[in-house]
Amino acid sequence: MRPTRLPLHALLLIALLAVQSLAAPTFAQAQLTQVPGQNSPTTKEQVPLYVPQDDKMIGRVSIPDEKLAVLVQPEGREWREWRTHTLRLAIGGLAIGMTTVLAIFFLYRGTIRIHAGRSGRLVLRFNGLDRFAHWTTAVSFLIMALTGVILTFGRPLLIPLIGHQAFTPLAEYAKSIHNFVSVPFVVGLLMILALWLRDNIPEKADWVWIRTAGGLFSKAGDSHPEAGRFNAGQKMVFWSIVLGGMGMAATGYLLMVPFAFTGIGGMQIMHVIHGLLAAGLIAAVIGHIYIGTIGMEGAFDAMGCGEVDENWAMEHHRRWYQEQLRKGYVEGRQPAE
Amino acid sequence: MARMKFLCDAERCIECNACVTACKNEHEVPWGINRRRLVTLNDGKPGERSISMACMHCNDPPCAAVCPVDCFLQTADGVVLHSKDLCIGCGYCFYACPFGAPQYPRTTDFGSRGKMDKCTFCAGGPEPDGSVEEYQKYGANRLAEGKLPLCAEMCSTRALMGGDGAVLADIYQERSLRRGYGSGAPGWSTAYGRNDRGSPFTPGGPSTGGA
Repeated sequence: MRPTRLPLHALLLIALLAVQSLAAPTFAQAQLTQVPGQNSPTTKEQVPLYVPQDDKMIGRVSIPDEKLAVLVQPEGREWREWRTHTLRLAIGGLAIGMTTVLAIFFLYRGTIRIHAGRSGRLVLRFNGLDRFAHWTTAVSFLIMALTGVILTFGRPLLIPLIGHQAFTPLAEYAKSIHNFVSVPFVVGLLMILALWLRDNIPEKADWVWIRTAGGLFSKAGDSHPEAGRFNAGQKMVFWSIVLGGMGMAATGYLLMVPFAFTGIGGMQIMHVIHGLLAAGLIAAVIGHIYIGTIGMEGAFDAMGCGEVDENWAMEHHRRWYQEQLRKGYVEGRQPAE
Repeated sequence: MARMKFLCDAERCIECNACVTACKNEHEVPWGINRRRLVTLNDGKPGERSISMACMHCNDPPCAAVCPVDCFLQTADGVVLHSKDLCIGCGYCFYACPFGAPQYPRTTDFGSRGKMDKCTFCAGGPEPDGSVEEYQKYGANRLAEGKLPLCAEMCSTRALMGGDGAVLADIYQERSLRRGYGSGAPGWSTAYGRNDRGSPFTPGGPSTGGA
C-alpha cells in the first residue's frame, strides 16, 4: 500500500477555506445592496424614511394568489384620479353637453315637420323582428346606463339625499342588474347587426348627406339629401352602437371575471375603456332619442308601430321608398311597373 | 394621539411567514384571504429582500376615495377601517390600492365577490369594541385591549413593527445608523408621504376626497 497522501483537490480546498475565512466579513457584505461606505449616515436624521417610489415593484409570493406578487403599484394613483374625477367629467360633461346642443338646436329648428303633411298612406319600415331587436337593445342599454350612472355618481349625488343605509342596497341591486342585463343587450346587438348590416354599408351618397349635414340646418325643411333605407347619420348611430356596444360588452365581461385574463394594470385599462365608451354612447343615444321623438315628426312611428307615413318616407328616404313602391309594399298603391 | 403605522425593515425580514400565520390565526381569516403576505424581491439573486405587506393605513387612502358606497372610515389613531354592512364587493378598492391589500372571499362568481376584507391593524370594525358581531366580521380587536397588531408582536427578528409612527421612525433610524445603512422604510412615501393631514374621517365626510 502506498503511503496516504492528501490529494491535490483537498489541498486546494483547505487553501480556499483559509482565504474565504479571512475575507468573510467583506464577502457577506458584498451580498447586500447597501454597504457601509462614505455615504453611511452619521446622524439619525440622515436615515431616509421616505424614499420616493414611482416604479411598480413586483416580487414573488409563495401563496397561490399570484396577483399579490405586486408589492407596490403606483398606477393605482392614476386610476383613482380617473375614477373620482375624469370618468365623472367625461360621462356628465358629454351628456350635459349633448343635451345643451340639442336644446339649442330645438330652439332654432323646432320639430322637423313632414314638409308635405301626412298622406295617411303607410309604408312598413320595421317588421316585428326589427322592432324586437331594437327595443331589446334599447331597453337593456337604458337600464345599464342608469345603473352605471348610479354607481358612478351615487356617492356625491344620492348618498347625501338617501343616506348610506339606503344607498348600499340600491348600489348592490344596480350592480347585479347591470351585470345580468348585459345578456339581452348583447343578444339585441347581434340581432341588429344581422338584420341591418346590409343597409348600413357606407356608400357614395353618404358623402352628400355628411356635406349638407343631412339638411338639418335648412329651416325651410325642403332640403333632403337622397338616402336609402338608412342615411349617413343613422349609419353613424348604427356603427357607434354596434362597435361601441361590442367594446363595452367585451370589457364589461372581462371586468366581471376579474383577473381571469389580465393583471391589475389590465383591469384598470379595461375599466377606463368601458367608461370612455359609456360616455360616448350615452351622448350618442341622447341624440338618437331626440331625433326619434320630439326632434322629427313621424320618425317615432318607424319603431313604434313599424309603419311610417308615405310622405315621411318620400322626404327622408327617397331611394328606399321607391324600392318599396316598386315591390308593392306601399299601402294602396300598385307596384310601379 | 398616536398615528398608527406599519414599518417592515427589509434588512431584517427572514421570510419566516410568522406574521402571516399569526394574522390568519388571530382573526380566523377564511381560506384564500390574505390580509398580510410576504413578497420576496430579487428572489434568488444578490440583494434579495423580503417584505411583509398588508394594508398600510394610508393618510389619504385611495380605497376610500374610489369606493362607490363610501364605506371606509379612519379612526383617531389613523387606522383605516371599513364597514362590511355597506360594502358591495365591487372590487374598485383593489384597483386603487398601491399595496394590494383588499381581499375578496369570491373571485369569479359573475362579478359578485362578497364583502371586501383587509387588515384592520387588529382594530376590528365600526361595531362596538369587543362585540361578537365585530369579531365575526373583522376579527379580533387587540387595539381596544391596549395591544398592538399580533403580526408585529410575533416578529422574531423585529423586522415588522406596528405602532406609533413617530416611535417606529425613531427605532428604524437608530437601527440604520448603527448598522450603517438604511433603505428607506418600504412603502412609507406611498402610504404616508402625501397629504399628511392626519385627521380622522367617517363615511360621508368631505376628507375622503371621493365625493
